[in-house]
Amino acid sequence: MFRELRSSVSLFILFFVLTGLGYPFLTLILGQQLFPHQANGSLIETNGKIIGSSLIGQNFAGAGYFHGRPSAAGNGYDAGNSSGSNLGPTSANLQQAIEQRVNDLKKDNSVPIPVDLVTTSASGLDPDISPDAAQFQVSRVAAARQLTLDQIQDIIKQSTTSRSLGFLGDNRVNVLDLNLALDRLGKTPVP
Amino acid sequence: MNIYALLQFVAFAAVSVGLMLPLGIYMAKVFNGEATWAGKVLGPIEGLSYRLCGVRGAEQQNWAQYAGAVIIFNALGGAVLFLILMHQDQLPWNPQGLPGLPYDLAFNIAVSFVTNTNWQSYGGETTLSYFSQMLGLTVQNFMAAATGFAVAVAMVRGFTHKENPGLGNFYVDVTRAIFYVLLPLSLLFALFLIWQGVPDNLQPYVQATTLEGTQQTIAQGPVASQIAIKMLGSNGGGYFNANAAHPYENPTPLSNFFQLISILLLSIGLIAAFGKMVGDRRQAWALLASMTILFMILLGLCYFSEANGNPAFGHLNIDQIISDTNSGGNMEGKEVRFGIFNSALWATTTSATSNGSVNAMHDSFMPLGGLVPLFNMLVGEVIYGGVGCGLYGILLYVLITVFIAGLMVGRTPEYLGKKIEAHEIKLAVIAQLLYPICVLGFGVVSLLVPLGASSMSATGPHGLTQTIYAYASAAANNGSAFAGFNGNTVFQNIMLGIVMLIGRYGVIIPVLAIAGSLAAKKITPPSSGTFPTHGLMFVVLLTAVIVMFGGLTYFPALALGPVAEHLSLFQSVAP
Repeated sequence: MFRELRSSVSLFILFFVLTGLGYPFLTLILGQQLFPHQANGSLIETNGKIIGSSLIGQNFAGAGYFHGRPSAAGNGYDAGNSSGSNLGPTSANLQQAIEQRVNDLKKDNSVPIPVDLVTTSASGLDPDISPDAAQFQVSRVAAARQLTLDQIQDIIKQSTTSRSLGFLGDNRVNVLDLNLALDRLGKTPVP
Repeated sequence: MNIYALLQFVAFAAVSVGLMLPLGIYMAKVFNGEATWAGKVLGPIEGLSYRLCGVRGAEQQNWAQYAGAVIIFNALGGAVLFLILMHQDQLPWNPQGLPGLPYDLAFNIAVSFVTNTNWQSYGGETTLSYFSQMLGLTVQNFMAAATGFAVAVAMVRGFTHKENPGLGNFYVDVTRAIFYVLLPLSLLFALFLIWQGVPDNLQPYVQATTLEGTQQTIAQGPVASQIAIKMLGSNGGGYFNANAAHPYENPTPLSNFFQLISILLLSIGLIAAFGKMVGDRRQAWALLASMTILFMILLGLCYFSEANGNPAFGHLNIDQIISDTNSGGNMEGKEVRFGIFNSALWATTTSATSNGSVNAMHDSFMPLGGLVPLFNMLVGEVIYGGVGCGLYGILLYVLITVFIAGLMVGRTPEYLGKKIEAHEIKLAVIAQLLYPICVLGFGVVSLLVPLGASSMSATGPHGLTQTIYAYASAAANNGSAFAGFNGNTVFQNIMLGIVMLIGRYGVIIPVLAIAGSLAAKKITPPSSGTFPTHGLMFVVLLTAVIVMFGGLTYFPALALGPVAEHLSLFQSVAP
């Protein structure tokens, strides 16, 4: 019995150190050496200031920016508190929220609204929208920025990622990427 | 069906099977103690570990000793994890200054990670320090998976040993699982994930100023190392609250694809290893065939439920049709980069195994889409199953199946040459009956007691489904949730913690007892009266037993929950 206990305790300590310190730190060191950008969160800096991460969505409300999906993370796109809405398909709250969003978006465009624009994502931090959801917003952004539709189509194309290896996942547009490209065009949004 | 959905499924199946075969052969060698290429490098370290820890590797343990070792080792792990969580504020690597956890939450997490459930009563980035993530969760991810491996291998030895009650040595099995399988694979996988964008650092949370000038706090940490073992070990407890839906945990469709593979990899690898260890690969193929039939049906149901969108929004001007440029379907609680198919595939896979990670929120699935993961857990996660527990779970079903087949023809049932007698069947039934007791018994208490009922965020059928889902998830050691259900109350933390313990050790102990009893029996060569356990007839019978056990036991609960919700939703929008 005593020997059993001794084996248990010492083996546990060995694996505690090995899998709790050895393995995570080896991963950390190798990751920092091989892929420092990703290992540190794929952050984007402009003029020495961190403006976000290319993987993490952020909130956009102005007419001159493309908007991401509705978010249930904190007060919206809280990257310190990821969360979905967790509202069920028959929830009255969900029905209400979606009707509200549809009403708000109707002003931008009269075509059917792509479903991702009116539903919250699983993480609340979805960095992407569908290509249709970007198209839906083109005329609003063009008007707010006094740009031509063609100029905007060009940058949408640049910010669109196709399926990985041609078949994995869905085609998508990274919203932060797209809005950064808009700002680079030089015309700041008219408030 | 969308062509991309089909392509992704074919790739998923092909890569899984392609990796399963070599891995199965390798794992069989590792657990049989045969020479492997990895043994040349790791063998000396393994030997050194035994000497350091006073483990006599050659010593065989009988089933009771083996079970005792499992319990001591796991209790130790649980106690250490509990203490770390309670006192994380006094420990290093806590740049956010997160407080120590209350006792009920610490108890729930400790039990949850020791039992390989990994239910998330915690919020990840809002609750746990980097120390707790590394030395708490990551350590237990390894230990719990290794324990599952060991118990499964011990059960297989019950069939292969001839009149020898020894089941191997728990400490050796755990050590080999970690050294030869879990550690190397996790390291490789963690680096792949970092390449794809999963962070791995010890920096404080980043403060960003967004384009519109607001502040955004972005959580950081040693994410990749935790995620790699979380996926491979069928643990499933997320680094972040949103689990594998979080873009830092699962940044690209490619990371998603390999995380999906990693959910299944070791479970199906172990089934292949089983075929090799008992010297008859057809036995493993029969089990896999049975599992695959169920998997395909359930995946189909989940995908089509989600792909058709929510009819409640049919009257609004919303485009729910899937196309090259539109996500379509029921996108509430799903991520654009994965789309509907990957969300459905993940939900089916994570609950078929005992992984329990999510890349979409099951609570927001359509009623029948959410029924699929619930059903998977209710049948005990034997459709491939978790690391180790999948194999011993399906073997329990196999014993019951050969018993029923034996009753039908009036012969003593046999499996792999071992006579299955009343003693084994009693134990198998005890293990099987604990699930319904946990799910229905404890679940009903939670529904009836106001303290428990207040956890439901929905009323009516959906609320019932939330509760049943939580208890099924805890009993089956899955860990996924209908996350609208507030599991982080003193009542639920304790109740679910108890259910997880019963669901884990209430199965492991009977399984080891069965193995011990079988190991002592002689192996009789098959005769003309032996019911073959590798043919189509057996596959059909086994599948039927799984469906009847799972389906019929819980039929009333399923009818009142997801089925009622489905009918009312579609009736209310009927023209």
